[in-house]
Amino acid sequence: MYDLSVITTWIHDLLSSFMPQWLTVTTECVLIGVGLLLVYAVLALFYIYFERKVCAAFQCRLGPNRVGPFGVLQSVADMFKILIKELITLNHTDKFLFALAPFLVIIASMLAFAVLPWGNGIQVIDFNIGIFFLIAVSSIGVLGILLAGWSSNNKFTLIGALRSGAQMVSYELSIGLSVLTMVAFAGTMSVSGLVEAQHDVWFIFSGHIPAIIAFIIYIIAGTAETNRGPFDLPEAESELTAGYHTEYSGIHFGFFYLAEYLNLFIVSGVAALLFFGGWMPLHIPGWESFNVVMDYIPSVIWFLIKAVALSFVIIWFKWTFPRLRIDQLLSLEWKYLLPINLCNLVLMVLIIVKGWHF
Amino acid sequence: MEVTTKGMPYEAFKDNEYIEKLADELRANGTNVVVGSLDKLINWGRSNSIWPLTFATSCCGIEFIALGAARYDMARFGWEVARASPRQADFIMVAGTIVHRMAPVVRRLYDQLAEPKYVIATGGCAVSGGPFKNSYHVLKGVGEIIPVDVYVPGCPPRPEAMIYGIMQLSRKMRVERFFGGVNRQENREEFLRNHPIDNTEE
Amino acid sequence: MANIQETIAKQFAEAAFTEGDQLLVNIPDAKWHDLARFLKETPELSFDYLVAIVGMDWTDEFGCIYYLTSTKYNTHISVRVATADRENPMLHSVTDLWAVAGIYEREVYDFFGIVFIGNPDMRRLFLRNDWVGFPFRKDYDTDPEVNPVRLDHEAVEDTTVTYVEDETGKVVKKDVTIFEPDDFVVNIGPQHPATHGVLRLRTAVDGETIKKIDLYLGYIHRGIEKLCEGLGYPQTLHFTDRLDYLSAMNNRHCLCLCIEKALGLEVPRRAQVIRVMMDELMRISSHLLFIGTFCMDLGATTMLFYALRERETILDILEKTCGARMTFNYNCIGGVIADLDENFVADVKKFIEIMPKAIKEYNKIFTGNVIAHNRMDGVGVLSKEDAVSYGVTGPSGRASGWACDTRKTNPYGIYSELEFDEIVRTEGDSMARYKVRIAEIEQSVRILEQLVDNIPDGEICAKVPKIVKLPEGHWFQQVETARGAFGVFIESKGGTSPTRMKFNSPGFCLAGAIDHLTRGAKIADLITIGGSLDYVVPDIDR
Repeated sequence: MYDLSVITTWIHDLLSSFMPQWLTVTTECVLIGVGLLLVYAVLALFYIYFERKVCAAFQCRLGPNRVGPFGVLQSVADMFKILIKELITLNHTDKFLFALAPFLVIIASMLAFAVLPWGNGIQVIDFNIGIFFLIAVSSIGVLGILLAGWSSNNKFTLIGALRSGAQMVSYELSIGLSVLTMVAFAGTMSVSGLVEAQHDVWFIFSGHIPAIIAFIIYIIAGTAETNRGPFDLPEAESELTAGYHTEYSGIHFGFFYLAEYLNLFIVSGVAALLFFGGWMPLHIPGWESFNVVMDYIPSVIWFLIKAVALSFVIIWFKWTFPRLRIDQLLSLEWKYLLPINLCNLVLMVLIIVKGWHF
Repeated sequence: MEVTTKGMPYEAFKDNEYIEKLADELRANGTNVVVGSLDKLINWGRSNSIWPLTFATSCCGIEFIALGAARYDMARFGWEVARASPRQADFIMVAGTIVHRMAPVVRRLYDQLAEPKYVIATGGCAVSGGPFKNSYHVLKGVGEIIPVDVYVPGCPPRPEAMIYGIMQLSRKMRVERFFGGVNRQENREEFLRNHPIDNTEE
Repeated sequence: MANIQETIAKQFAEAAFTEGDQLLVNIPDAKWHDLARFLKETPELSFDYLVAIVGMDWTDEFGCIYYLTSTKYNTHISVRVATADRENPMLHSVTDLWAVAGIYEREVYDFFGIVFIGNPDMRRLFLRNDWVGFPFRKDYDTDPEVNPVRLDHEAVEDTTVTYVEDETGKVVKKDVTIFEPDDFVVNIGPQHPATHGVLRLRTAVDGETIKKIDLYLGYIHRGIEKLCEGLGYPQTLHFTDRLDYLSAMNNRHCLCLCIEKALGLEVPRRAQVIRVMMDELMRISSHLLFIGTFCMDLGATTMLFYALRERETILDILEKTCGARMTFNYNCIGGVIADLDENFVADVKKFIEIMPKAIKEYNKIFTGNVIAHNRMDGVGVLSKEDAVSYGVTGPSGRASGWACDTRKTNPYGIYSELEFDEIVRTEGDSMARYKVRIAEIEQSVRILEQLVDNIPDGEICAKVPKIVKLPEGHWFQQVETARGAFGVFIESKGGTSPTRMKFNSPGFCLAGAIDHLTRGAKIADLITIGGSLDYVVPDIDR
């Protein structure tokens, strides 16, 4: 597997050859920041286009095809439009919190980007508690949503925010527990450690039954975390017009819109990391030549393909299922997912102790 | 300058003189190169991303649903992102009769739209009152209370007519100057001055 | 009929009887409430379904004509109550007997200014609170200066008034509270994605649970009934297409039937068959749109596109013959306006083939879904008694176990010769309402199958005089639209235009039942219930 850290090391060496160390670090931080922002924007635009095309395919339609070849520039045009839309300031609202909320949401998803295993050697920061950090920062987003709903001084947004709060707090548990199951299996919390541990077989295969259960629960809870259908209650269009972001216009709304898609990427990225080996190519023990061929595909591509494929599944949910009701949503979590998850954790521990895994 | 939108040749549009007139106004005083190209870029984005507000009062609304469905598929042009909140929409498609009781609501929806905002009056009722013109409770066209950019006649107009209407709106957007306000707002400001809301507080 | 007359005459000496298309009882207002109770509660009469209240201005006096039906014996009766007081017209309310009367009486109050003593809510229904005058009175001032377009918002009221009689028989005005000051009132509509048009529901919620709903109508009230009064009979036809535009054919069929009944016109067989086929195609297309929008309300957007795909094929068939996609203007007095398209039979046959497959597909995607079941089972249960009392007809009424299909109870056209089942379920919840409609599509397809090869040759329209003049009198006709029993009332003084025309729309009763159905439900259930009732707002507001 080609280690992309060669490039980063080369850049570091180049910069430090003519710069003092503090300047090198600062420049690198700026470079990483710009790079992240770029990836962030491009991914968001791609996801919006992707979802619109996929949804069109499910609905026997064509989807965007007029702006640019196959309509690929559609989301770029949308971005230009959203950038120049008026930002409406409201009377009788807390203006500071109102303006802060979209940034909180976007910062939360951006921080999560920092620890995603993009490829072999390109990870912004590699904590020893990387996955823990990921879960922690992804919870900041709910704060932004709550603030958005409350500070808009609108009854629809308030109901949307409360729904979102209840939903996020509940489903964080499921996410946390299924992550914990896999962490117990891998024996490490470090993101790179998790990826390395799947060098031979991906966890979804080696962990067999408990890993598959954990994966299913994770993908359900992850869909709920991103506020997507069938769990899109906080912004249920037919119930609450646009939910918590009803009063936001222009780029403030754009932030919520982007964050929704980026969270989708993060959730599927983490699923790829935990169950499908992150950037690790598909290796089958014993098939040496196959493994070598697989290694030729760059690690970044592996990661992106896995994430997008999982996102496709989540998009598929949205365009197939009807929406749940708030009490059904909560009872699904507390009465079904959580107990199953706890049992699954015990099962996983049992399997690890007994060594019944591959 | 041929102002057109993707998917329909210039000659196929019926009112090219009107658009030419607007284009001439746009070019009248010349333009700074930087601002001009920036304008072009912005107008390209704006005219290709027109999000409607989901707003329908009667039959025309059903045709608007049909416009989104598989046969007519407005998603091809990028118009399918129908926003339920007026803050996030670009234009309001007044689909259906507007009556006295609805008038302040429509006006409020219009005021809630974020700039730049546009109005398409769809169907006979929204254009002029249609078959209900003589009623005691019907407005003789939505143009009485909000400034209209494009009129689409019909009862109800076919989805093709609606597509044509939105394309015309898209063309109108292209001959505007975003920086400097040519071809936009001047009529509207006057209109809104002449139709004040008596009492904004509830 | 004579039997009913005798029973009433025995009890009420004041009652005078007139024979018409239905038995008409004249009763003074003082005795009206007693008669109403007698009609409803006497076991051998049991007129438990109030079909319509038609407000009237006979220039010398105001009054109402009540149309009643017994669901037990399938008998009909109408009652005429009038008051000569033009300054302060007052009648007694029957809200305590028939729940639907509450909203009907508010409508009459709004149009004629007749106050109903005992109705708990005497506010305007369709028009603004600051509207001057009562538009359906013959002496209404139509000057636009009196009622200009107002751009200010109406004041929001949390109280209403009611008029009650005290012990001495004097009528006093009383305030009634709708919402307490500390209720959390969410304003849903008039511009809201899930209200299917411009309906406004002020909803008091406790968390996510609905405590009470206050209904506001009139955001698309076009005054069609008043407009009809100035037009000739053929001219009034086109309004029916724009009432409930999803059952345009059925509505127009009803008005044509009513005028033909008044004229004593015989419609050619070919026209009758065509009318029934068009009605059933219309019903299928309406139910398809129901499936689509209902599923979209529940969040399953994709179903909308599947349902609309099949709907487009129906619209193609209709368009080839009528030349329009929605407002067809096809039925006319005496028959239909144009002959069938040459491909009609082939197209319908093709459609009959694809529809059952499509229904299978819908069931696969949506009906069997666990989430769909959770959202719909047991939500918004309407008992049979309530359905009758609220006048909830059509598929919604039949889902509650009330066999109210006008095609079966009072067949019109050639329905009596056709074989089809009336779909009746007993659960009365949203799922039942949804399933009734799916099954009705199958039955409509069955009707089409029987007719498609048996369209007789012949005239498409009877000989109708150039100027249609109706004799003096009044007539009432009902048909079954996709939403329920649609009624047309015409009163004529012998001229070329009606003196009063009333469209009794099924959606109006459905909207009246929302508050009752949603008490204690969740906000999301409100969307489910509203969607499953499948009202069309221009049909409610007229």
